[in-house]
Amino acid sequence: MELLLKFLEKNGLVVAFLVVGILIMVADRVSKRLLFSKIPTPAVAIIFGLVLAYVGGVITGGEKGIADVKFLAGMGQLGGSMFRDFAIVSTAFGASILLMRKSGLVGAISLIIGIVVAFFVGLSVAWVMGYHDAVSLTTIGAGACTYIVGPVTGAAIGASSEVIALSIATGVVKATVVAIATPLLAKRIGLDNPHAAMVFGGIMGTNAGVMAGLAATDPKLVPYGALTATFYTGLGCLLCPSVFYLIIRTIV
Amino acid sequence: MVIYGVALLAFCYLVGQIFGEYLGSWLGVEANVGGVGFAMLLLIVVNSWLEKQGKLDSLTQSGIQFWNQMYIPIIVAMASTQNVKLAVSSGAVAVLAGALPVLLCYLTIPYLTKAFKPSTNQ
Repeated sequence: MELLLKFLEKNGLVVAFLVVGILIMVADRVSKRLLFSKIPTPAVAIIFGLVLAYVGGVITGGEKGIADVKFLAGMGQLGGSMFRDFAIVSTAFGASILLMRKSGLVGAISLIIGIVVAFFVGLSVAWVMGYHDAVSLTTIGAGACTYIVGPVTGAAIGASSEVIALSIATGVVKATVVAIATPLLAKRIGLDNPHAAMVFGGIMGTNAGVMAGLAATDPKLVPYGALTATFYTGLGCLLCPSVFYLIIRTIV
Repeated sequence: MVIYGVALLAFCYLVGQIFGEYLGSWLGVEANVGGVGFAMLLLIVVNSWLEKQGKLDSLTQSGIQFWNQMYIPIIVAMASTQNVKLAVSSGAVAVLAGALPVLLCYLTIPYLTKAFKPSTNQ
């Protein structure tokens, strides 16, 4: 047993690959079979991740979630800021200048409105609920954009792990609400044509939520929503830890 | 070769991040100001340029695509290593800060769709 634990510890990163792989496989099953794709797989998987972090915290009393369990310390490596930012940058690969032109003015405007509304409403909620420092407010506001903008922003401006966890959870709630509410509200907001889908993608921006929501509304609309949503996380990662953070810092 | 793609990604990442670091210190904030965003912008520009030149073969692309596909797993790993135990008590913040903006955003969609109807004919 001791040999096994030492072995797992020594191969931490590879162990993390396996653990996350299994976690996502289970999340995918749960999303498709139990939830009938109403909550997208990434959102379920991230919820599992957060639960795991909670369990780790309870077992060890530490601050690094499941990474405090020694033989799972590799999760900390895999989920560390270097790999995370590296992988996130790569998501810009699907986007191109050509796509930017295609999404056009309406794309740009809906993206900016979407990010500004999410950020400032999210931030106001955090303010009302008792967070009054610029770093925490910005991080939670960024989490209201997407579950990626939140932690990227939090890490960039030096937020605590607890606040980063909150920002991830905020983003997951957003993705889930978008995925579930969109098919219910589609008719009322006129979401039945490619043009509206592009506006929708830019306003909501949370990729998994937008795609699941549109797929449940009308699968033909998915590519149009994805077209604008692609830029949301990138733009959020650009604006939140820079312009928005500086604004909040001067106000608070 | 696959490594070209990975190296290209690394180049964009490093340039963007160092730019964010310098911008932060120049502005007098102890933060990496928008580094990831700059790196993404750079990747979009470089990618579009290389594509025009016909220099992006499928292996090079797959070097970037791999990381593109890995980002959700990495986010899951990241989520599992946060201080969730402490955050649970303020879970209501996450629910409200996640849901309220979305509801507000739904309201804006019909107006935006109408306002920009003539400018695009998709």
